[in-house]
Amino acid sequence: MSMCTHHALNVPHQETDRRIQIVDTGVANIASLHAMFRRLGYRSNLVDRPVEIERAERLVLPGVGSFGAAMQRLQELDLVACLRERIEAERATFAVCLGLQLLCRASEESPGISGLSVVPHIVERFSNNVQVPQLGWNDVEFKDDRLIENGHAYFANSFRLKHQPDGWQVAVTDYDGEFVSAMWRGNVLACQFHPELSGAWGERLVSHWLTGTGHA
Amino acid sequence: MLKKRIIPCLDIRGGRVVKGIKFQNLRDAGDPVEQARRYDADGADELVILDVSATHEERLATLSTIEAVREHLTIPLTVGGGVRSLVDAKRLLDSGADKVSVNSAAVERPELIKELAQQFGAQCTVVAIDAARCLENAADKTSWQVVSHSGTRRHQLDAISWACTAESFGAGEILLTSWDRDGTGTGYDLGLLSQLTSQISLPVIASGGAKSIAHMFEAFNHGAHAVLAASIFHDGHMDVLTVKRELSAMGIPVRIDHVNQTSQSYLTGA
Repeated sequence: MSMCTHHALNVPHQETDRRIQIVDTGVANIASLHAMFRRLGYRSNLVDRPVEIERAERLVLPGVGSFGAAMQRLQELDLVACLRERIEAERATFAVCLGLQLLCRASEESPGISGLSVVPHIVERFSNNVQVPQLGWNDVEFKDDRLIENGHAYFANSFRLKHQPDGWQVAVTDYDGEFVSAMWRGNVLACQFHPELSGAWGERLVSHWLTGTGHA
Repeated sequence: MLKKRIIPCLDIRGGRVVKGIKFQNLRDAGDPVEQARRYDADGADELVILDVSATHEERLATLSTIEAVREHLTIPLTVGGGVRSLVDAKRLLDSGADKVSVNSAAVERPELIKELAQQFGAQCTVVAIDAARCLENAADKTSWQVVSHSGTRRHQLDAISWACTAESFGAGEILLTSWDRDGTGTGYDLGLLSQLTSQISLPVIASGGAKSIAHMFEAFNHGAHAVLAASIFHDGHMDVLTVKRELSAMGIPVRIDHVNQTSQSYLTGA
């Protein structure tokens, strides 16, 4: 149906390929993401057209702000179908913070708004038993499989995915009970935390994703 | 479990780190980029940069300082000082700040907090409150009033109720500085801290007066979610990792990872 069938996973990389495309979700403050990729030896730029999403070898879906505003923006830019297709094809995609939530079917934050629906669950708000938002460093523990060693990551979130989606490997964090702090399948990685603000550990995780996509 | 945070603070002016007592008698205390990198490598959980510039030229220098710090920093960066509008905040965020701290301008126009939270999110909106102890009043109850403009202005505004207003306007964090203790090394104002943390549910960063690990320990036991410290780290008395190891031994949950591994070392190993 579209051009989202391009699997360039184990192709030897060239220096000119060390690029990252970051979806311009509009509200995101992403100077820190750009800086992290530069430290890792990559150049990153913003993209907002379907053809760019389809062509990108490595794509980052960042997100700050509300679920509804971000989905509305993706719809306006006509990016919903190609993002969904890309992720379902397990092409190299890295979803950060709200980006993870956007992979879900919906969120309590924005009732009535559909997400990318790659996983069928609904994102829920933390209960009032804990301080909301969760703001600060928390433990990240890999479940069955691990990408790197367990570590600490920096979180700033009021909503979270509680259910481990079928077919995905996950890492979990305990805040108001366990929630999915990272999940991956093929070359798709999604993190509820901010790896770009999570010190050496965060960089190592991203570096691992880059290696896994055949380009580190 | 959410960790208690240790946050070094750099006061900068004209691209250099400065330090004084109660914001007076500023003296040069080094290169911000170098210090930021050292704190990061030592395991600091965040970094706060307060711009104490006096001139337009010095403020412009701040933006390039933030860009230079961001290039290396792998932890969250909060920048405050002279933020009066959304435009000011955006400029700082574009330069590489992750959070923006507002103080005097929010006291004058509290709606600024709402605007920032709406535009950039609560997680990005830090309200800095400088509080000074009032003389004991008739009811023999201690209270604190808000001071602003680097301490030159005292407001008829109760610091605790101001924090409640900030919370209801959408602030994500409170950076609470004790005007009486700042730069004195006599410890955080624990009375102020426990009063304030019992009244609001936002994370509170305690600031002003720390000189020892014991002071930080006390602050955490009086409700602080994070502690800010400047001179304790600047003058090389103590490094962040040592502080965190000792706090951890005292039972405070802190983040201790493999430190001193820069991104470069992973790349060469990859």
